This record gives sequence, structure tokens and C-alpha cells, in this order.
Amino acid sequence: MRALDRKLLRDLWHVKGQALAIAAVIACGVAIVVMTYGAMISLRETRDAYYERYRFADVFSQLRRAPLRVAAQVSEIPGVAAAAARITYYAALDIPSLDRPASALLVSLPDEGEPRLNRLALREGRMPMRGRDELVMSENMAQALGDHTGAHLSVLLNGRKRDFTVVGIALSPEFIYTLPPGQLMADDKAFGVLWMPRRILEAAYDLDGAFNDISLSLSPGASEPEVIRRLDNLLARYGGTAAYGRADQMSNAYVDQELDQLRTVALVIPPVFLAVAAFLINMVLSRLIDTERESIGLLKSFGYSNGEVGRHYLKFSLVITAAGVVAGIAAGLWLGRWMTGMYQDYFRFPFLEYRMDPAVFSMAVLLSLLAAALGTWTAVLRAVRLAPATAMQPPAPAIYRRTLLDRMGLDRIASMPTQMILRHIERWPLRAALTICGSAMAVMLLVGLFFFFDAIDELVDSFYFRANRQDVVIGLVDRRGERARFDIAHLSGVRGAEPVLEVPARLSHGHVSQRLGISGLRSGTRYRAFYDLAGRAFTLPQEGIVLSNKLAGLLQVQGGDAVDVDVLEGARRHARLRVSAIAMEHVGLSAYMDQRALWRLTGEPHAITAIQALLDRAVQERLLKRLKDIPAVATVSTRQQAISALRETMAKSMTIVIDFYIGLGAIIAFGVIYNAARISLSERGRELASLRVLGFTGGEVTYILLGELALLVLAALPIGCALGYGLAWLMASAMETKLFRVPFIILPATYGIAMGIVLISAAASALVVGRRISRLDLIAVLKTRE
Amino acid sequence: MARATDIRSAPTDLARGAVAFHVHGLTKIYRSGEVDVAALRGVELDIFESEVLVLLGPSGSGKSTFLNILGGLDRPSAGDVLFRDHHLTTMSERELTRYRRDHVGFVFQFYNLIPSLTAKENVALVTEIASRPMTPSDALAIVGLEDRQNHFPAQLSGGEQQRVAIARAIAKRPEILLCDEPTGALDSPTGVIVLQAIERINAELGTTSVIITHNVAIADMGDRVASFANGRIAGVVKNAARQPAKSLKW
Ligand SMILES: Nc1ncnc2c1ncn2[C@@H]1O[C@H](COP(=O)(O)OP(=O)(O)OP(=O)(O)O)[C@@H](O)[C@H]1O
Ligand SMILES: [Mg+2]
Repeated sequence: MRALDRKLLRDLWHVKGQALAIAAVIACGVAIVVMTYGAMISLRETRDAYYERYRFADVFSQLRRAPLRVAAQVSEIPGVAAAAARITYYAALDIPSLDRPASALLVSLPDEGEPRLNRLALREGRMPMRGRDELVMSENMAQALGDHTGAHLSVLLNGRKRDFTVVGIALSPEFIYTLPPGQLMADDKAFGVLWMPRRILEAAYDLDGAFNDISLSLSPGASEPEVIRRLDNLLARYGGTAAYGRADQMSNAYVDQELDQLRTVALVIPPVFLAVAAFLINMVLSRLIDTERESIGLLKSFGYSNGEVGRHYLKFSLVITAAGVVAGIAAGLWLGRWMTGMYQDYFRFPFLEYRMDPAVFSMAVLLSLLAAALGTWTAVLRAVRLAPATAMQPPAPAIYRRTLLDRMGLDRIASMPTQMILRHIERWPLRAALTICGSAMAVMLLVGLFFFFDAIDELVDSFYFRANRQDVVIGLVDRRGERARFDIAHLSGVRGAEPVLEVPARLSHGHVSQRLGISGLRSGTRYRAFYDLAGRAFTLPQEGIVLSNKLAGLLQVQGGDAVDVDVLEGARRHARLRVSAIAMEHVGLSAYMDQRALWRLTGEPHAITAIQALLDRAVQERLLKRLKDIPAVATVSTRQQAISALRETMAKSMTIVIDFYIGLGAIIAFGVIYNAARISLSERGRELASLRVLGFTGGEVTYILLGELALLVLAALPIGCALGYGLAWLMASAMETKLFRVPFIILPATYGIAMGIVLISAAASALVVGRRISRLDLIAVLKTRE
Repeated sequence: MARATDIRSAPTDLARGAVAFHVHGLTKIYRSGEVDVAALRGVELDIFESEVLVLLGPSGSGKSTFLNILGGLDRPSAGDVLFRDHHLTTMSERELTRYRRDHVGFVFQFYNLIPSLTAKENVALVTEIASRPMTPSDALAIVGLEDRQNHFPAQLSGGEQQRVAIARAIAKRPEILLCDEPTGALDSPTGVIVLQAIERINAELGTTSVIITHNVAIADMGDRVASFANGRIAGVVKNAARQPAKSLKW
């Protein structure tokens, strides 16, 4: 090995603590890139492979009833590759072990062979046999209930109870994510998908030779909007609700949303880490080059060229970067696999392909090299520029002046060590600024990540407590008249009940349109509160339509504008409605109307689809059990259950990821502060040792060094909080999707925790460096020439 | 100026050999802030191949500045330095680097060893980029440190460190050896060992050697002695006979 390389290794060993801290920061950045991209790519590849192998459809439509020959007509539409007609219905289940009503989406299976589209991935058992009461249950429900093949299940088929045997457990590309209708969160125990032979559903729902649901796949190059337009035309007579593509298919939309958010994380977070790494490399390398002025001059006097000298110091940061990159890739691969595995709890795939695109490694390497280059550049340039002769002369003694604070009379109040601290800071303002900057970045990162906890709390609070006040939403099997409300309202324990009508519709304004369900609420409703963008409460107007802010933004409308409303069922009426108000909501695209106005619009007075009710806490359990026996009830979702499901999901996915980021934040804080302390120590070792010789105590000397650091870290805290506010804002807006808006709210406690973690990191590095000060070898320090 | 009568280029000197350096009107002005410091104010001097030239002079008279320019470490503000056929003053940065690498060995007052490298590695640092070097071990043997090769600078005394620095300077078999107060921090017996090494390399390889010193006793080992004063050469004295380094004492 060449002598110069040996010097490099020894120099690295000498600053191993610092080098390690930098490598760790780089590793974090790289690990996040590799982890998130790994998860993203795997998720995408898995999804695509799944869709292809199990023939996920491209276009979907529901209708009231159409004869099977219509399905043949559908497959004639130009651009349609295949069409699969079937029967789907929501039905209540009777699950004795469950404390609340459960329901399922029933999906018919063809009498012969496999479905043409949306095939099942059998996980266990077999497909139902003809002529037997057998069904296949979706895996999420089976696992939640602990059911296996052979289990029995009672289903209320069109109000009549019928017992089935579970013969298979399966997954479907249509239901990677299953959400009960009208809910925000999955509830696997109480909602699932059941596949059963077509004949059973035909008979139960009186759909002999007919279907009420059709899916199509498109041939390559076909235009989806064009096919949808023709399909809608064809199915209009049969009560078809508007057809939609994959983008509006619920399960697919959720997977897409998750992919988008992964991408956001991969884009926003790693640059922060790499910036910190660049900054640390610069800090350490500049310092190294300052102390090596002489060696640099010496090398040049021997005839080493500028290029050779520059390369030598470049190698220094390259070795650190390479270590960080290797560790980061290893950690990232492992974490990516783990994260992808975690999606198994959340998204249901029959197989999970952990894939890694080599391009991601190149990108991670390139980004780290960029960071290293940024950090190294100025420092190495300084080494290169150093004229050999000047390098041979020791730098002129630092010029200290009476500081501003001195002139203000500080020297009379502050002790000698305190004055030394202040003068040192004033003498090296840039270095002090860099330390502040680094510590502030750590605080920033933590505030920017912890903010998510606040956001979730706010989400829960605004959705489940402020906006929705009902304890329970009871979905009805069909559009019973208002009578159903009386039945329920008269159950003991119900403190009040209101009917809700949900009508599928398409809202358009200009060129933009959106499918969604319009909720018709009773005028003066007590269960749903509306807040305008300024946070003021308002009541649902009797005329016009209220849009959620996300929907208004999507359609580009403001209060007072008119929107076109096409009802997608029944008489499929059209109307032009005035936007009477815009309601502030974080989640979902929603539209609200006064129930009477909605009845007038649909032409179906007194139709309702659900009932929302307030319950007596004391008898809630018993009441929910009673609801199970009412045939008209399809789904019951309680606020309590929804919130705990939400929290559980968050605990599973978010918390682990966020814990991981907290660790990273702490590493950054430690890296910055430890480096600053070590640099200070090596710079001022001589001075501090001299003070010890002069009779200062170890404590006083430690105070001089660490006091300065403490001062800088304290100064960094408010700056970091301000930057964290900015990062949180950036994250919130970057994470915003079509359906979901992250509320931007940061509680004071969040700032407190972020600052606390940084202070603990600072204390830890102070402890490490403090021990070094106490072991300062006075003679060795004084002997070396500075 | 009557060149013929000037001892600086007397025919007797030329008789000793060719001119290695021809220095003419060499001026160096440091600009630091508002004050200009003239370190050199028109130095005129010829240095002959294979001679040992000793530079004397009060502190601040410009000796180190002169040596640095000879070694291609620094550039003059005006004037010219001709090394054989090459003008050092017009050389590019790259050419100066080549010049240092191929021809010059340096010894500094404060040893300037790289603390993270052992004695042998400090020497290897130079031999690795030289064209016909001796081995680091041989170079260390010349200064009597063959058994301290694997010690780090911190494990060596000042005198030993300076001997390593000498070994490092001679290991490449340089044609020019430039020493800035090589014995400044050493006692007389250690100083003598250092000077003997310089003497030996001069004798064996014919290395042109320039030695700065404050120690008048050392002047006796030179072929000529140039005295600096106030940025100029006040006079050059030719020693009738060079004293061997071994006989020097201070
Ligand atoms: N980088 C510099 N900037 C400003 N002035 C300088 C610089 N280097 C040297 N000088 C000045 O140039 C003059 C000559 O310096 P030089 O180092 O050549 O003296 P010297 O003869 O070697 O002295 P000494 O015997 O003390 O080593 C001095 O007055 C010195 O202050
Ligand atoms: Mg000098």
C-alpha cells in the first residue's frame, strides 16, 4: 500500500468516531431511498403481476338488472377484450361470536369454470360445488374471524337466513384492500367478500338469466372513456350506474394512493439526510485540512501535484461515503423487505415479490456521491489552492477582539471562562453558525415527522367527533322507506335516529367531473356538523349542494357557482345546482344536500339507505346484538370500533416507520453535535491543556468547551422548530392525495419532544467528549506543534 | 555592475563547475493588508553545481524566502531564477511540481514529518514518486536510524525526527538539496550527524546543497558562504578549505 494511502487510513482511524457518525447519516439517507423505493417497486410489481395473472378488469359497472344477452352485446363494444357478467349484493351475516352485525359483499361465481375476469387466488380449500350451499370467503375476513375451511356461516339472502359451509378461502385482485361501504377504515371481522355459485344468488334475488354487475377488460390501445361512454349508453335502460375505470375502483385507488405516498417519502426525506451528511463531511474535512496545512505544503514541496493532493483528501470523504452507502444499502434492503412484508397485513396479495431495481442502487450511490462532493468540494479546493510556501508557515494566531458583549460591560459580570466562550463564538461566527444549522436540521426533521401524530389525532378528532356526532351508522339492505327509521328509533337504548340517503351521482363543472355518493341529510341535522374554511359552523342549507373543500378544489368551483349533477341510478335525472357552501374536511370527496331536495332530485321520496343514531352508552352492547336480528340491517359501524381500527392500523404501519425516523433524527443530532464537539476539542486542546497547567479545574475547562456547545444547541432549538414547521407543511402538501388531505397542525408538545430528543443527543455527545477532556494528556498536547 | 570583479561570478568559481542556479534581480514583496514587506530586494547570485553553499544572515533578512523560491515553492515578485536552462519564474504550476519532484530535496527547521506515518513511511512518501530513489531503509541507514524505521514521529526525539527528515530529503538522490536551519533545534553532536548526512550525499552524488543557518560554526563546512542582510546579499566569502562536518562544534 502506498504511504499516502496509509496516511489516509490512519487519519480516518484517528477521526473514527466522527467518520462513523457521518457514515451513519449517509447510511440513513441511503437506507430510506433503498427501503422506500424497494417497497414501492415491489408493491408495484406485485400488483401488476397480480392484476395480470388473475385478470383484473379495466372497467366496472353496476346496474339494476339486465338479461344475460346484454353481456354478449357488451363484449361487442369496440375495444372490449372480454366481459364478465355476474351478480353482486351486500348482505348481512349472522356471526354469533361477534358483538355487532357483520355484512359481506356477495359475488356470484360462474356455474362452469373460473370467472373470466377478476379470478380468485385460492389460499385454502376448493371452489364451491354445484348444487351445494358452499362458499369461498375472502382471506381478510377468514383470518380476522379465525375461520378455516369447514366453518359454517349464516347469510341473510334477501332477508332469508341460509347456512353455508366455507369450502375455500381466497383472494381477488378486486379486493386487495376491502373497505365496508361508507367507511374510512377496514373492519375485517365485520366485513368481507363471499363468493358463491351463481344459481344460489339468481334464485335468492330473482335474477334468473340476468345480472347486475359487469366487468370488462380492454384490448390494447382501446380508449377507456370511449368504452365507458358506450357501455353507459347500453346499460342505461337496465338501471346502470355510471361505469368507472380502475382509477375509481376502490381497492386499486387505495393501492395507488399508498404508492404515491411512498414516492413522496422517498423524494422528501432522503435529501434532508444527504444535505446533513454533506454538511458534516464539509465540517470535518475543512477542519482536517486546516490542521494539515503543513503536511499539504510538505507533500507539494516533495513534488506531489495539486491533483494528487486533492485526490488524497477526496478519497477521505469517499471512504466514509462508501462505508455509508454499503451500510445504507444493506439496511435499506432489509428494511424494504420488512416494509413490503408489512403491507401483507394491509393489502392482500397472493404472493409478494420483493424486487429491487439496480437503478435504485445507482441512484442512491449517485445521490450520496453528490452529497459527498458538495461537502468535499470547498474543503479540498482549499487544500489544492494552498500555496506550498504558505502552507509551510503556521497560520497567524487568531485575532481576538473585545466582543460586542464585552463592550456592553459583560466582562464585569461574566466569569473568565464565560468570556472565553463568547469570544470564541464571536471569533468563529461561521463555524458557530454551522453547528447551529446542523442541530437545527435535527430538530427540523423530528418536528417534520412527529407532526404526523398530531395530524392523525386531528383527523380522528375532526372526523369522528366534531363533524360526525352519531355513535352508529346502520346501513340498510335496500332503500326502505322512512319506516325503517321508526323501527330502529323505537329500540330501547336509541336516543335518537335520523335517516340518511346516499345517491350515486356524477358532479361536473367545465371539463372536470367526479363520481361520488351525495349524502342527503335531514334539514337541521343534529348528527353532522359543517364548518366552513374559516372554521365557523354552519347548518346544511335547504337548497343547493354543499361540497367538501377537496371536491370543490377538484371541480374548481367556489361557493355560489353552479355544478351539473347527474344522478346515476333510478330515473337518472340531471340538474344544475348551486354550490351553497364549501365544507372543510380532511378526508374524502363528499357532497351533501338537504334530504328533501335530494328526494326531489331523484324522484324517489322517502327513500333512505342508512340510519345514523345516538346510543345510550350503558346499553350499547345489548343494542348492537339486537340490531343483528333485524333483517333490514346490512351493516353497522360504530364510532368506537372505527376509531380503534384506525388507531390499530396506524400503530401497525405508521408508528414503526416513524420510530425508525426518530432514530434517524437522533443520529443526525448526535452526528452534528459530536462532530462539533470533537472539532472544538482538537482545535482548542492546546488552549485547554494550557489552562489546566495554569491551574483551572477540569470542570472549568469542560465548561469552556461544552458551555459553548450548549449555547449553540440552545440557539438552534427555536430555529429548528421554525424549519420543522416548514418541513411539516411541505410533507403535508406533498402527501395530499385526491382523497386525503393531511391536516396541518403541530401541537406544542411535538416541538417539545423534538427538542428533547436533540437535547438528549447533545447530552450524550457531551458526555463522550467530556470524558476525553478529563483524560486530556497535558504533556502530549503541549509538545505537539500546532 | 562590474561583473568580472564581482566575487559572485568570479572565473575561479566557474572553474569549479557549471552554474546550477543563476539568480538575477530577485525581488519578493509580500502584500499583507496595507503594508508591503519587501523580503527580497534584488538578489544577484550564481550557485554552482555540486557546491555546498551556506546562507547566513539576521532573522527576517529573507533567507527562507530565497530558499523557497529556489525550491519552486514560491514565486518572486520580480527578477529571474535560471535553473540550468530553465526559467523557474516562468514555469507553470505543473512544471514547478515536476521540478520539485525530479530535482529538489527539502529539509525544514521543524522536521515537518507527517505524524500519522512511521519513519519509513515518511521516507517512502518521497521515494514512491521519485525516478531513481534509494530504498527508505537505505536512506534511514545513512542517518543511522535503520533500527527506528517503524516508529512514529511522536516516538522519536527532535534530533531523530530531523534525521528522518534528512533521510526523506536525500532518499530520492536529489540534484539539489535545500536545508532551512536543519540543525536549529538540535544540540551539537546530533547536529553533526545531520550535517554529515548532507555532506555525504554531496560527496557521493554531487548534490548541490544550500544550507541556511544562524550558526556561524556551520559556515565552515561550506564551499562558499553568502550573507543576507535586509533582502540583499551583503557578501559572498569563499572558504579556503571545507571543514568536515565531524570537526564542527558549537
Ligand atoms: N507570508 C508572508 N507575509 C508577509 N510577510 C512575510 C511573509 N513571509 C515572510 N515575510 C516577511 O519577509 C521577511 C523575510 O522573511 P524570511 O522568512 O525569508 O526571513 P528569514 O531570513 O528566513 O528569517 P529567520 O532567520 O527568522 O527564519 C520578513 O520580514 C518576514 O516578516
Ligand atoms: Mg527562515
